[in-house]
Amino acid sequence: MKLLDSLRFRIATLFRRSRMNADIDDELRSHIQHRADDLDRSGLPRVEAERRARIEFGGQVRFKEESREAAGGTFIESVIQDVRFAFRMLRKSPGFTFVAVVTLAVAIGANAVVFGVLDALILRPLNVPQAQSLYGIERGADNAVNQSYPDYLDLRERNRSFEDLAAYNVTAVGLDTGHNPSSAWILEVTGNYFDALGIQPYLGRFFHAADEHGPNSAPYIVLTYAFWHTHFQDDRGVVGRTVQLNRHPFAILGVAPPEFRGTVVFVAADFWVPLVNQEQVEGVNVLNARGNRGILMVLGHLKAGVTPAQAVADLNSIGSYLEQTYPKDDGHMTFSLTRPGLTGDWLGGPLKAFLTGLMLLAGLILLAACANLGSLFAARAADRSRELALRLALGSGPLRILRQLFTEAVLISLIGGAVGLWGSVWLLRGLSVWEPLPTAPLHIPVNPDANVYAVALLLSLASAFLFGAVPVRQVLHTDPYQVIKSGSISTVGRRITIRDLLLVTQIAICAVLVTSSLVAVRGLLRSIHSSFGFEPRNAMLVETDLSMAGYTGDATSAMQKRMINALEAIPGVQSVGMVDRLPLYYGANESLVFTDQTTDLRPGNAAAETTIYKISPEYFDAAGTTLLAGRTLTWHDDKNAPRVAVVNREFASKVFGSATKALNKYYKAKDGSRIQVVGIVEDGKYASLAEDPQPAMFLPVLQSPSSGASLVVRSNGDPQQLTAAIKSTVQNLDAALPFTIRTWSQELESALFPSRMATLSLGVLGVMGALLSITGIFGMAMYSVSKRKKELGIRMALGAQRKEVLQAALGRAFKLLAFGSAAGLLLGILASRVLAFIVYQATPRDPLVLAGVVVAMSLLGLLAAWIPAQRALSIDPMILLREE
Amino acid sequence: MTDQAQLLPGTLDLLILRAVSLGPLHGYGVLLRIGQISGNALLIEQGALYPGLFRLVRQGLLKASWGTSENNRRAKFYELTVAGRKRLRQETASWNRLATAIGAALAPQSEEV
Repeated sequence: MKLLDSLRFRIATLFRRSRMNADIDDELRSHIQHRADDLDRSGLPRVEAERRARIEFGGQVRFKEESREAAGGTFIESVIQDVRFAFRMLRKSPGFTFVAVVTLAVAIGANAVVFGVLDALILRPLNVPQAQSLYGIERGADNAVNQSYPDYLDLRERNRSFEDLAAYNVTAVGLDTGHNPSSAWILEVTGNYFDALGIQPYLGRFFHAADEHGPNSAPYIVLTYAFWHTHFQDDRGVVGRTVQLNRHPFAILGVAPPEFRGTVVFVAADFWVPLVNQEQVEGVNVLNARGNRGILMVLGHLKAGVTPAQAVADLNSIGSYLEQTYPKDDGHMTFSLTRPGLTGDWLGGPLKAFLTGLMLLAGLILLAACANLGSLFAARAADRSRELALRLALGSGPLRILRQLFTEAVLISLIGGAVGLWGSVWLLRGLSVWEPLPTAPLHIPVNPDANVYAVALLLSLASAFLFGAVPVRQVLHTDPYQVIKSGSISTVGRRITIRDLLLVTQIAICAVLVTSSLVAVRGLLRSIHSSFGFEPRNAMLVETDLSMAGYTGDATSAMQKRMINALEAIPGVQSVGMVDRLPLYYGANESLVFTDQTTDLRPGNAAAETTIYKISPEYFDAAGTTLLAGRTLTWHDDKNAPRVAVVNREFASKVFGSATKALNKYYKAKDGSRIQVVGIVEDGKYASLAEDPQPAMFLPVLQSPSSGASLVVRSNGDPQQLTAAIKSTVQNLDAALPFTIRTWSQELESALFPSRMATLSLGVLGVMGALLSITGIFGMAMYSVSKRKKELGIRMALGAQRKEVLQAALGRAFKLLAFGSAAGLLLGILASRVLAFIVYQATPRDPLVLAGVVVAMSLLGLLAAWIPAQRALSIDPMILLREE
Repeated sequence: MTDQAQLLPGTLDLLILRAVSLGPLHGYGVLLRIGQISGNALLIEQGALYPGLFRLVRQGLLKASWGTSENNRRAKFYELTVAGRKRLRQETASWNRLATAIGAALAPQSEEV
């Protein structure tokens, strides 16, 4: 009640404001009159009496102010007064205001964007009920999230820590809704998926654990809201309809709520399909293969009261049971828990490190901006020292003046923050609907939420106090009598001031940003021009999966051979090869291999974990992979011939010791079969551009069949011209086969996407940092020239040369620049180590990068000092001396 | 001037209440009354009186109204409210307790003599 009363009182006094002011004025005047009357009576002339009365009374302004404060109405009122005054001051210097607002808008906007991404991808849990207790399960020391289906069943049935465990997989499927067969991205999930996550349908119903009765027993799909919206136009009658997946009928059961888009944050899947129908969906069924870890992730809610540590202990005891029971398939079954949204630490780890680094850099940008504005404010306070001194002399308290200055700072930063937030919300919304890759369902769901707004507001206020605090000391130490007597403070200090420190800090921050963006750009360029182990130029890709058109068994390889022959017949085509899965395309198939001597084929005894490609004989030709020794594969390496493989150099040296020793030798696959090495090819990039050389083996597709088929069509000239011919050729072979055609270079976009995004974001921050430095140096140089005009004029009149004048005017700015750049360069080199995890071959120990930083910083300095230098040189000593 | 004592913080309000308790006064009158009842022993900056007056009005201990002074000038007169009178009694009592205690503490003790 008391609070409410006081508030009401304050508001009431606010409305009575002008009356109260007049009241106070009247009362003080009355007091002075009464006193003057007394003095008058004691014999002083009236005029002298009134003067004496006023002096005796003391600082009228101050007491009036204090009275108003005591009367209670003043807080809100004086804030309003301050804001009004601040607006007037800012309007009076539009240049200053503009620079300050834009600087802050950019800096706060950058922070809001980076935070928005960080918040959406890392901080915000998956959009499911009780997300805090939802964990994904990771395996082994390298935190693999993939598991095999039999292992999943054991984990689900034997654990005592989770309420339920669900599992999912991301894959593509051929979808036919009656017209225009196309390929769709789906989540294959266990029957208990929706129940384990606690999701309720938006429309119709979900499938449940009870719907699973063995392979292919649950031909149902559940649509995502977005897919229902775009492909079925919100038709509520869609429930119960049948669609064809890979030519098998599936019934649409229902639609998921709009806020639930699946359990992988960055995948925009189209619908969910029961995992038990894997054979129909993927063409193969590995649900019984304990060694095949094809499930992307297992996840579930912890039971109430179970700690993550207890759950890990529980899982590990199941793990040791699995190791003992299935020594051939299960080795190193230790488990840990992870946040499920980003497929665990595999992607979440580097992404987190990078985004945290980016946030740090954005924070540095804001700090640099604050340093910049701080020195602007200090300069402004110095220029206004006359006004401030006058106000102090008239009895205004220094606190009151500081509050006024802070009001200005807060006002500027709130305006800047609002503009920056507006821009970042716009950018984040754009990012959210952006589909960066044509070949993948990648999306970046970063719609800003309340957190982003709160952070922007907080940052605005914090930066206001940061840069608003810079002139505080200056104001508190102002001696009004000195200032009014001698004009503005015109001492040219030789000692280091706060503003110098601010400028050096800011330049150092800028140099860090410039260094890291240059490192990233160089790394990106290098990764684009590095050897992939294949030649993407002049190659078209025809991608399809024969299981999507219902091919099985021998029909698959026959069709693959028919496609190769038909495409080879197109004029202009040099060679056509087939691979089951393209290198650098969302991970690779991997398997353990053993030396020929190994008899106990448990995982611990493996010689290497190697990437597997199943290829047609012409693949190396078409892909442009160089054969180093031995022979390539032929169509005679079929089921009836002994098993053979071509391996890469890394494989040869890892399993056999060296490339020369490997040729014609044998090794063992995981099933124990002996495979002879008939050829050796160059190393390439398989899973990511940033990887070290990895072992890889290439198996003939006739001996290891696969329904996946990516055809590489190499041509003499521009491959794009062949698009129409390729399209009609494939359609002539099977009109119902969904496929895509694009150049290999386009395909590589996805592999380059992470380093491109990293480079882009660093580049943007680098440019921001550079701009801030320019304005910072510019402001400093300009200020020092204008302050020292008189001195420079005298020097010129005494015969100083241009060079000497410039040195006097700008020498200090350049010294600061050199010092700051050196510090920043050192820091940047340290910071770039983090970058090496994302950007291929990012190393700061690169003469080009070092030279680039030095050149960039000097250019910045020149650019920023140009106008002040002109200004210094154009000083006319005669005019100046006459003026003063 | 030099034999005037500085006011202890917080005592101005008490002096104002006391001065006004003897009858309604305007601001300058309060000043004169304090001088009179304290034998001009206290140094009060004239302007400093007003924040105190406004504060007491806001706390509901004084009420103010405009009137005409003995000099025939417009002036604002202050008088005690019931709450103000009560507060004056409490404050006086507690001041006396304090003054006695401090006085006793500072008085020459028997051991010192």
